[in-house]
Formats: sequence, C-alpha cells, structure tokens
Amino acid sequence: MKLSKFSKVILFGLTLSIPVVGCKTKPISAVTPLPQGSPTGQTVQSGNGKPIIDDGTKLTSNDIQSTAITDPDKRKDWPRDREIFKSDTVHFDFDSSVIKSDENAKVSAVADYLKANGQDAVEIEGHCDVRGTEEYNRSLGERRALAVREELIRLGVDASRVDTVSFGEDRPADPGRDESAYRKNRRGEFVLEKHQTLVGLNSPVNNDPSK
Amino acid sequence: MKRTVLAHKFQLRPDKADLASRKRLLTGIAVLFNLLALATDGQAQVEIPVTKTFEPGDTTPIWVSMSGFTGEAAQVLEFDLYVQGFAFTNSAAAQYLISGSNNGNLQGRVTDPHNKSTLVSKAYSGASLRRQAHAFADDFVNAIPGHKGVALTKIAFKNDTGKNSEIYIADFDAHNAQPVTSDNSIVAAPCWVPGRQALYYTSYKFNHPDVFYHDIPTTERRTFARYGGSNMSPAVSPDGSKVAMILSKDGWTDLYVCNADRSGLTRLTKSPEDESSPCWSPDGKWICFAAKLKERRSLCKISASGGELQRISTVGVLNPTEPDWSPDGKWIVFTAMMGGFEICVVPSQGGKVFELVAGEDPSWAPNSRTVVFARRHGGGRTLSLLDVPTKQVKDVSRFSGSSSQSQPSWAK
Repeated sequence: MKLSKFSKVILFGLTLSIPVVGCKTKPISAVTPLPQGSPTGQTVQSGNGKPIIDDGTKLTSNDIQSTAITDPDKRKDWPRDREIFKSDTVHFDFDSSVIKSDENAKVSAVADYLKANGQDAVEIEGHCDVRGTEEYNRSLGERRALAVREELIRLGVDASRVDTVSFGEDRPADPGRDESAYRKNRRGEFVLEKHQTLVGLNSPVNNDPSK
Repeated sequence: MKRTVLAHKFQLRPDKADLASRKRLLTGIAVLFNLLALATDGQAQVEIPVTKTFEPGDTTPIWVSMSGFTGEAAQVLEFDLYVQGFAFTNSAAAQYLISGSNNGNLQGRVTDPHNKSTLVSKAYSGASLRRQAHAFADDFVNAIPGHKGVALTKIAFKNDTGKNSEIYIADFDAHNAQPVTSDNSIVAAPCWVPGRQALYYTSYKFNHPDVFYHDIPTTERRTFARYGGSNMSPAVSPDGSKVAMILSKDGWTDLYVCNADRSGLTRLTKSPEDESSPCWSPDGKWICFAAKLKERRSLCKISASGGELQRISTVGVLNPTEPDWSPDGKWIVFTAMMGGFEICVVPSQGGKVFELVAGEDPSWAPNSRTVVFARRHGGGRTLSLLDVPTKQVKDVSRFSGSSSQSQPSWAK
C-alpha cells in the first residue's frame, strides 16, 4: 500500500519533470493554469517577462458559480412588455459591469414583481456607450446584463426566469457624443416576458436552431 | 503610343535602338554564372531571396514610377500599390518603372532599370478595366520575391445605415460592395471561412444575438449557435473545421469552441471576467483572444483543445482587444483602447508593441503585411487600409446610404 502510494508520487514527479526537461527555453512558471473557479496563487507572465505571483486577495471567483441561461426559443412567443420596467433601467459606470449601490432599488423592484408574478419571466438587455471597440462592447453589454441577472437570482428569482442579451453599442438610448449621452447608454434594460398559457401551448415548438 | 501597345512583345524581341541593353544582358548573364560558380563552390555567399522580417511602421517603401495610365486605371494602380508598401517617385529615383496604357483594355509593363530586367509585360482583356488594373498590380507585386499581391481579394464588413446594419462583401478596396444579409436588424463580426465563399457572423434577426453560417453563392444559411444569452464573435479555424465563439449560455461570457457541424461544443474558459474577439493561429493550434487576467486586460492564447491560458505580453500599451493573427504566423495585430483606439502589432509570441495608427478592429490581408481596419469619423466609422511595414494608410471608397462601415474581415 505504502509502496504503491510512493510509486504514484514518483510517477507524478516524472510527469512534472518532463516538460521542464523537454522545454528548456520556456520556464514552467510562464504558463498560467486556467482559472477553474480558483485563480488564486497562480503565476502569470507579466509584461516585462518576469513571472508575478498573485497575492490572491482581490479574487473571489471561487465563491461564484455561473448559472445556465434558458433556451431563447422557450419563451419566444410570449408577449413582451418594454414599458413596465422603463423606470427601472440600471445605469453603469464607464467600462464597468458593477451594479452601483444607488441602482440596487431598481433591481429589487423587478425582483419583487417577479416574485409576485411567479410565472412571468424577464429579459435583461445590456448596452454600452461607444467608447469601446464593438465586440469588446458586445461582451461588456452581456456582462452588465449578467450582473443584473446575478442580482435578481441573489434576491430569490429563479435563474430559469431570467434571460440576458447584449446589444453592445448598437442600440444607444441617446445617439449623442458626449458624457450625458454616454451615461444614458451604459445601461441594463428589463423587458417583461408575460407568461403565455393559451396561444401556442399545444403547437409544436421548433427547437431546432437550424430551422 | 504604338510602343506601349506592343509592350508585351519587347520581352521577346529587344528594341533595336537600345543596343546597350544587350550588353547589359550579357553582363547580367556573366554575373549569373559567377553566382552559380560561387554556389557550386559551396561558399554560401549567394543571397537567396527570402521573405524579410520587417520593422512595423519603420520600413522604407519600394519606390516606383508610373507612366501611361489615366483615369480609373491609374487610380486603381496607385491605390493598390500604395497599400502594399509602394510609393511613387520620378523615373530616375525609382526601383521599378511601371508603364502601359489603358485605351480600351489595359496593357502594362514593369522593368527594373538597375539590372535591366522585365518583371511583367502583359496585355489584359475581359472583365472591367478596374479588374484588369487589379490583375496587373498583382502580377507586378507577385513578381517581387517575398511579396504576394492582394488586389483581387475580398473583404466582408458591417454596413450601418444608422438604423439597421447588414453584412456586405466587396473588393478589398470596398468597390463592388453588395449586401449579404437583408435582415433589417443588427449584424456583427463577419468572419470569412478560409478558402471558401462563406461567412460566419452574428445577426439579431430572431430578436436575439445568434451566430449564423452563410454560404454566399447559394445564399443558404443556417443558425449556427442559438443558445441562451448572447452568441458572439465567431472565429473559424484556418482549416474551416472548428469555430470559436463567445457565449454566455452558462451565465458568464466565456470562450467556447465547437466543430463546424456544431458538434462537440467545449467551454475553454470559465471566468466571470470579460473574454472577447477570438482569432486563430494559422496552424490552428491556438485561439488568441482578449481577456482580463489579474485585474489587467491582456491578449491571451489557449490551446484549441483546451488547457492552460497563456498571456501574450503587449509591452507599452494598455487594454489590448480585437486580436488577429497574421497568416504567416509572425504577428498579432490588435486594437489598444487607451482613451482613443490605436492599431498595434506585436510579435505573436508577445513582446514590444508597435503602435501604428488610430483605428480599431484590424484584419490581416493574405499577404501578412496589409490590414483593413475601421477609423472613426464624426458619428460613424470608415474602412481604411494600412501597410504595416511602411505605415502607409488610405481610406477605401465610401458608398452612399451608409453612415458607418466597420468590423472588416479580409478573405483568406
């Protein structure tokens, strides 16, 4: 038993040593393991080529779990209401997807509605100002929508009732090119998806994305 | 006039008036024999033409002079050559002399006055005069060792009318632009399938950002990725067999890869931070993308089969985004977001960054030296071409009904 454990250790040691021997020019510390929920204490290649050791203090991602988003076709035919949460649009700081404390009440109001109307769902649209490149903004808009979604989930709304979609910078609230316009454009909008009981209930739902 | 019309014959039958050229020809042959002798001696002194590694933005253009062309043909030739690293001067200072005519069809000749050689001597017919001029430009560029003409290539881009956007394809100089989509919606991030007339892109046609595959000749298309959340930034592998994308189906914006038949979807990153704009290394082994590592935006690469994430250092700039890996594997061109937007290149293994011009979303040409990118003006964007070694820039022509053209992808 002891021997087999020992041999495992040797084997493990051997596997570790192979890349070191086989690739002299590339120190193993230059390779960053993928952050699989626990990105603390890893070494990464810094800009000047020196490895930096992360102190692990700022990172909290081991506590967060991502939650899957419902198939977009599931509520495709539900009536959508863009007006009901119009005043609850959440605004963000430049290049940030953090929900500011003074925006929390808006998310809470939507959470309260969804808890009171247990069959309805909501889609969150993430938007950006133009001060980023287009695909960067499309990712940023999605992260804004996802941040609002996380907050709704934290407040007790079931994850399966909250969809997200990013519009990047493509649908500005204000087409202006100044800070007052940009402030309006960095936003997360709520669209209510009203539960549909009759229309299409028994009709076959086309879930094949190729159609 | 007769002289230029018959230009293509001169190569076979030297002009009687120019007796000196025969002498030079003999000298040239003698030199050639000497070189051969050296080579067989094994002295290894012979310079074999190789593709030079250039210094981005700091390379001298190749000086040429041009005569005989008029109007559109002259414009096309000037444009084509300028964005591939050539510049125009008088015949005394030129390394190559370009001459020809465009009465009806185009005829063109290129000579090297220093060694009295003829690089090109051709008459063109068929197609349009524009296309004949592009073909002549390509014949000239291809005749120079280490160069590869791109004048007959295509680009795809996003054309924004101010209300909606559609995917367009066009010649590399944005002439002959034609719409690929008519969804009256939002489109984004077109990406050519290498070696095929097909695109991947994002469209909001079904009120949701989905990734589409679109075969241009047949106009057939299919939804490629329609998962929950946003389906963004498709990038097809060099052999066309795999597609990398940014998806949020699992609750974070992460990098995924799947096969071209949509099977085998694999999540390559798992991070609540931003990932965006994947591209492939030309050997298909790596996917490079923009990410945030340790609170710092970086270019990263990951094996296409998954594994460890590696930072590609970009020394000297902040917030790199929108990487594109050159077809020869040597460079990565990207946008640095530093208040404004800068087109930058960095060696593909990372290192010192060369900041080139203001602009964003660059895409390499097949020649690994020219890039097409978007440049902001007023309320919109214009496509522009940049020759990376010489830093020569020229806007492509704009067409009516467009307030903005962006997100170009160069067909390879």
